[in-house]
Amino acid sequence: MALREATPADQALLFEGADWDFDKVRRAFDVIETIAKGEFGLDTYPNQVEVITAEQMLDAYSSIGLPLMYKHWSFGKRFAQDEVLYRKGMRGLAYEIVINSSPCISYIMEENSMAMQTLVIAHAAFGHNHFFKNNSLFKQWTDAHGILDYMEFAKAFITRCEERHGHHVVERVLDAAHALMNHGVHRYPRKRGYDLRQEQEREKERQAYFEQTYNDLWRTVPKSPATYQGSRELAERKKRLRLPEENILYFLEKTAPKLQPWQREILRIVRNISQYFYPQKQTKVMNEGCATMVHYHIIHQLHERKLITDGAFMEILHSHTNVVFQPDFDDPRYGGLNPYALGFGMMQDIKRICEQPTGEDREWFPEFAGNNDPWGTLRAAWADFRDESFIQQFLSPALIRKMRLFKVHNDDDAPDMEVTAIHNERGYRAVRKALARSYDISHHECDIQIVDVDLAGDRRLVLQHRVTNGILLDEDEAILVLRHIANLWGYEVRLIEVDAETEMTLREYDDVAPTINLA
Amino acid sequence: MNIIDRRLNPKGKSLANRQRFLRRARQQILKAVREASGERSITDIANGERISIPMDGLREPSFRHASHGGVRDYVVPGNKEYVEGDLIPKPPMGGGEGGSEGAPDGGGEDDFRFILSKDEFLDIFLDDLELPDLVKKKIRQSESYTLTRAGFSVTGSPSNLNLVRTMRNSLSRRIALKRPKPIDIQEVEDEIRALEESGDDPQRLSELRLRLEQLLSRSKRVPFIDPLDVRYNRFEHVPKPVTQAVMFCLMDVSGSMTEHMKDLAKRFFMLLYLFLTRRYNHVDIVFIRHTHEAKEVDEETFFYSTETGGTVVSTALTEMKRVIDERYPPGDWNIYAAQASDGDNTSSDNAHAADLLENSILPQTQYFAYIEVGAEYKDWLGRETDLWRTYKGVLKPGGNLAMRKVRVRSQIFPVFRDLFSKERAHGSP
Repeated sequence: MALREATPADQALLFEGADWDFDKVRRAFDVIETIAKGEFGLDTYPNQVEVITAEQMLDAYSSIGLPLMYKHWSFGKRFAQDEVLYRKGMRGLAYEIVINSSPCISYIMEENSMAMQTLVIAHAAFGHNHFFKNNSLFKQWTDAHGILDYMEFAKAFITRCEERHGHHVVERVLDAAHALMNHGVHRYPRKRGYDLRQEQEREKERQAYFEQTYNDLWRTVPKSPATYQGSRELAERKKRLRLPEENILYFLEKTAPKLQPWQREILRIVRNISQYFYPQKQTKVMNEGCATMVHYHIIHQLHERKLITDGAFMEILHSHTNVVFQPDFDDPRYGGLNPYALGFGMMQDIKRICEQPTGEDREWFPEFAGNNDPWGTLRAAWADFRDESFIQQFLSPALIRKMRLFKVHNDDDAPDMEVTAIHNERGYRAVRKALARSYDISHHECDIQIVDVDLAGDRRLVLQHRVTNGILLDEDEAILVLRHIANLWGYEVRLIEVDAETEMTLREYDDVAPTINLA
Repeated sequence: MNIIDRRLNPKGKSLANRQRFLRRARQQILKAVREASGERSITDIANGERISIPMDGLREPSFRHASHGGVRDYVVPGNKEYVEGDLIPKPPMGGGEGGSEGAPDGGGEDDFRFILSKDEFLDIFLDDLELPDLVKKKIRQSESYTLTRAGFSVTGSPSNLNLVRTMRNSLSRRIALKRPKPIDIQEVEDEIRALEESGDDPQRLSELRLRLEQLLSRSKRVPFIDPLDVRYNRFEHVPKPVTQAVMFCLMDVSGSMTEHMKDLAKRFFMLLYLFLTRRYNHVDIVFIRHTHEAKEVDEETFFYSTETGGTVVSTALTEMKRVIDERYPPGDWNIYAAQASDGDNTSSDNAHAADLLENSILPQTQYFAYIEVGAEYKDWLGRETDLWRTYKGVLKPGGNLAMRKVRVRSQIFPVFRDLFSKERAHGSP
């Protein structure tokens, strides 16, 4: 209530009619800011709103949403694709694009009406922005302050390489790097190496331990057979190369024998970009849910305070409803779960549990049910979770019932699919677990690691795909990617698909030799 | 908050990416453009085109799970009737229903469709024919003139006198030759007058009188304006290209012309059209087809309808002359003509055709190109056709008639280049 009095422009409408201008946008922004920071306690990077045209929006699309990007044909391809769809009217453009940077840049389109601009500012400049700044994954893996500078460097570097070495050669390296982009990510913080002093201390400790536990009897134990010796060598070799390694780009950058320094730098650039987007892949539901939740409640506040007209309110609600629409599985429009719908649904549900919990909620969520602090609870959730753990922790039976989620088991060998859990007492946990699992990035990205390379011998690189649930790789694509790896590595590459549980070899690819000499 | 208006930023930020994409997909696009240009009408050639190319070579592969096989669990919304343990028959093509799979870019084996702009289309089309830029400069100039300022001259009519330039020359000459200024003369005169009135210092007075005399005679000897100073504006006749051109397409459509020959002819006409549109603001096309009689027709009829009859070339030339007289006075129009034929002509007509060409057509046209199209497989180069022999008689070194033989598509461009390079606009194949 104190806030209401603090806003002088309270009684006057923020805008009327559909046209927007810079003053109106600024006024709307200021009011939204007071609500977002005061009422919801959001904490954001400084904002920068940029007005762009539809064509510029298409541009932004094609360079995967970064304002600066190096040049590559695949971006041109994407642009051509989007352009055709857009011109045919088959696809509308997004109302906004927001970039995880500091200042946080939100693009808004000039075609939007003022009501839409208000929605977009609430959604992107506060919802997404808060999430970018506070989510632990983003904090840990991305550097919002540095990304624009880094991209500027990357763009200039690749342009320089093109000038010096020719478009064609640079393109080949980029093609190969792009094919491995999903495998250019460190999933865990890396162990820090020891410095010399620590190393010496460790050595001393080891010696001391060895002397302490010395027992002459061990000498009399028979020596290990030769094969064991061989596998020890292998283990030693792997250890020295820090194998197995799942970050293929990183391994190639550091170890590939034939690459030039500039080629390594290009791999590094692609790897860094991939790493930058890694948190976004893991938080689609949460990120969109957070932004949708924020805009929904901000718009309601604006309307309650009579800052926007009923007409504008309806217009915004209309597009809000479109965004969170979830068709049923048997609807022809169904295309998987809508992250906006799921995220927004869950967060609304959390708010409800905080404010008006039922007995069931108290039983399932004793930590926060009825605590009457919905925004505090949500902020904590936004900060510490990613999609998988968020669903695992917060998906309530009430929402499962509401969305009528059910779990289907599909075994390729069985004649039919089976419904294994539905929205009932017995099924809640199973549904929740399966849904959470499907948002686990390790579930839908292939677990491929570099397991061996004999640097002293034929230098063949051996990759292993650990197959879960018997789902193999797409063979055609895999062969193309292997060719790219071979070109970067400079020698033959082999891929083996191994069942993760039984260690049985399921499929072996022929050795792929490099087709072009990058050096 | 910062709010920035980016709408006026330079456009085409992704142009470089697009060029890279076109370069990458060059082979496929080339093929698509080639096919497209076969289907399009001549005047359409310069419009943008939606083309569709196969995805090969444009795939961006990545390690991903196969879409079939293995054990998968899906969670889907909207349960209506299922209870635990229900079996759902699989859809025929086994595709996982919904789920988290699915290619990220929705890609498939479908063709990739996109729009080439007019310039891109032309570039690729011309590239296919390896059309070098230099050709464009060598086309013959047209014959209309205009006057343009071209510096100064020492002769000319008084109306063209350049006063500024004349006075500047005059001034510099007067300074160089030390012509006394009127103000100096005035001073001396004033002093003389003062001395005459006061009457003292007669010595000085006579000196001054002498000096005045010198000054006056000097200013008489060095005139204020000398004929040497005079400059006139100079004008030059500059040939002005007439900005409109008409292109006559003449073709023999008698039964002996095969589809292959017509295709060759069409390509040649297309090239000529392109060439002219780049050169002139406005290009008209007149299609005249002939058998034993000639008729002006529209493009569709020209290329696609068949007609039977004999072959009398002179009818086409007569028809062309009629159209010129009627609609295209040579003073206002640049007239180009391209004739395609397989070389047949009724032998009694040869002399008449040659006469028409030499005396009526050639004097009025900028250029008359005759290409003789032949069957792909036949080795016909050894034999000279009737028409070839006839036209050869008219051929003059440096004249505006050119003739070539074309047998396969790849020969069209070289022929075209030959025809339109000025120095070699004559000669034989």
